[in-house]
Amino acid sequence: MKRWPCWVLAFWSLVILGAALFDLHPDVIHLEQVLALPSQDAVLGMDDLGRSIAARVAVGAGVSLLVASLVTVVTLTVGTMIGLLAGYCGGWVDRVLMQVTDIFLAFPGILLAIAFAAVLGPGLGNLLLALCMTSWVGYARLTRAQTLSLRQRQHVLAAQSLGAPAHRIMFRHMLPLLAAPLVVEATYSIAGLVIAEASLSFLGLGIQAPHASWGAMLRDGVRYLLVAPHYVLVVGISLMSVVLAINVLGDQLRDAWDVRRAAD
Amino acid sequence: MIKRLLGVVPVVFGVLLLTFLLVHLVPGDPIEVMLGESAPMADRAKLRAELGLDQSLPVQFLHYLQALAHGDFGYSIHTRKPIADMLLIRIPATAALALCALAIAIGLGLPLGIIAALRQGKWQDGLATLSSLTLSAMPHFWLGPLLMLLFALWLGWLPVSGMSEPGSIVLPALTLGFGLAAILTRMTRASMLEVMNEDFVRTARAKGINEHKVILRHALRAALLPIVTVVGLQLGSLLAGTVITETVFGWEGIGRLLVESIEKRDYPVTQACVVVIALTYVVINLLTDLLYTRIDPRVRFAS
Repeated sequence: MKRWPCWVLAFWSLVILGAALFDLHPDVIHLEQVLALPSQDAVLGMDDLGRSIAARVAVGAGVSLLVASLVTVVTLTVGTMIGLLAGYCGGWVDRVLMQVTDIFLAFPGILLAIAFAAVLGPGLGNLLLALCMTSWVGYARLTRAQTLSLRQRQHVLAAQSLGAPAHRIMFRHMLPLLAAPLVVEATYSIAGLVIAEASLSFLGLGIQAPHASWGAMLRDGVRYLLVAPHYVLVVGISLMSVVLAINVLGDQLRDAWDVRRAAD
Repeated sequence: MIKRLLGVVPVVFGVLLLTFLLVHLVPGDPIEVMLGESAPMADRAKLRAELGLDQSLPVQFLHYLQALAHGDFGYSIHTRKPIADMLLIRIPATAALALCALAIAIGLGLPLGIIAALRQGKWQDGLATLSSLTLSAMPHFWLGPLLMLLFALWLGWLPVSGMSEPGSIVLPALTLGFGLAAILTRMTRASMLEVMNEDFVRTARAKGINEHKVILRHALRAALLPIVTVVGLQLGSLLAGTVITETVFGWEGIGRLLVESIEKRDYPVTQACVVVIALTYVVINLLTDLLYTRIDPRVRFAS
C-alpha cells in the first residue's frame, strides 16, 4: 500500500513509453465523433475535434515529463552552483547572490513565469526558458542554507587546514551531504513543474495546438464542460494522479532520509 | 525592525527593474509585436516615442520610476485608457476574492488541523490528511472546473461564471481557498502536535484547567505562530492563483486583466499588473514579518 506512488508513476512511465514507441494518432480527426463519450471505439472518449482523448492524454504526459525533467536538471544544477558559491564564499558574493534570489522570490508563485512566457511568446522552447529562469531560486536558497551549516563541520575544517582547494571542498566534501535534501526538493519541484507547465499551457502560453498538452486540453475541456464533462475529468484526474503520487513520494523520501524542508 | 524595513528597498528596486526589463525581452521589435506588421510607420514612431523606447535604457528606467512614483502606469495600447484607472476597477474585485478565499481557508484549515492533531492516528486524522493531500494536488484550473461542474452545472446551486450575481464569488473563492486550506490543515496539525508535548501544556493540565481551555488558550496560541507566517506567505501565492481562477470563472479582477493583456499583446498593461501583484506580495510579506515579531514574545524580547 505504501508503494502506491511508485505504481502510479510506473503506470505513467509505461504510458509515456507506449506513446513514444507507437504512433497513437493523437492528431487524427474524426468529425463524426466530436465530443463522443467513452465507448468501445474510444476508451476515454473524443475531444472537441473528434481526436482520441486517450491518445492525447498519453502524448501530453510525455510533454509534461519532458518539460519537468529538463527544467529540473537545468535549475538543479544552476541553483546548486549558486547556493554553494554564496554559502561557501560568503561576503559580498553571498550578499549579491542572495539579493538576486530575494528579487525573484518577490514574485509570488507562477507569476514571473507567466510574465516571461508572455513576452517571450508561446512555444515549447520559450516555455522551458520561462520555467528555467524562475525555478532555480529554491535550490539556491536550500543549498546556501545547508552549506552555511556544513562550513562549520569537522571534515570541512580538516580539508581546509590540509590546504584543499575551494572547488574540491565544495564538490567533494559538501555536495554529497547536500544530495538528500536536494533530491527531496527536486521531487516536490517536479510536481510543481507539472502544474506550472499545465498552467502556462492552460493560459495559452505554453505548448501550442495541434500538439497535445494537459493544460491546453483542460482549457478546451472547460468550454464543453456541460456537454462533455468526461473531457475535463479524464485530463484532470490524470494530472492529479501524477502530482499526488510525486508529492507523496517526496513526503516518503523526506521521512526516510529525515530531511527538514527549507519551506517548513 | 528598521533593518527589515530597509531590506525591502533593494527588493522593490529589483522588482521594478525586472518588470521594466520584461518588455525589452520581447523577441524582435516590441512595437511591431504590439501593433502588428502592417502598422504604418507614423503610428509605430508615435508609440515608440510614447513608450519612450527611442531613449537609452537608463533614461527609460528613470522615467518609468518617476511615472510609477506618481501612480502613472501609462496608457493601454488597446483601449487607450490610463492603466491606473483600469487597475482601480480591477483591484477591489481581486481583493474581495482573495479575502473570501482566505476566510474559507482559515475557517476550514484551522479546525481540521486541530481535530487531526487531537485525534492523531484515528480516522479523523486520516481523513483530514487524505483530503489535504488530495486538495494540494489539485491546481486551480482543475479544481475550478470540477466545482463548476458539480455546483453550477449539475446541482445548479450557484452561477457558472461572471460576477453579476451575489453568489458568483462563491465558486472562485472556494477554488482559491481549498488549496490554501489544505496547506493550513497540514501546518496546523504539525504545529499543534509539536506544542501539545511542551511542558507548559502539561503544566496547564496539571493545574486542572479544563481540556478545551488548554487547547484553545494555551496550545493553539503557541501553535499559531508558525501558522501566521504560512498564511502571510500563502496570501501572496493566492494573488498568483487569482490569475488562473479569474480566467476560469470570468471574474473581472487584476489576474483576468493580466491574461487579457497578454492575449492582446498589450505589454504596458501586462507590466503594470505584474508590478502591482509583486509589490502587493512584498508588502504582505513585510507585514507578516512585522506581525510575527509583535505576537511572538520570544522574538519580541530578543530584539
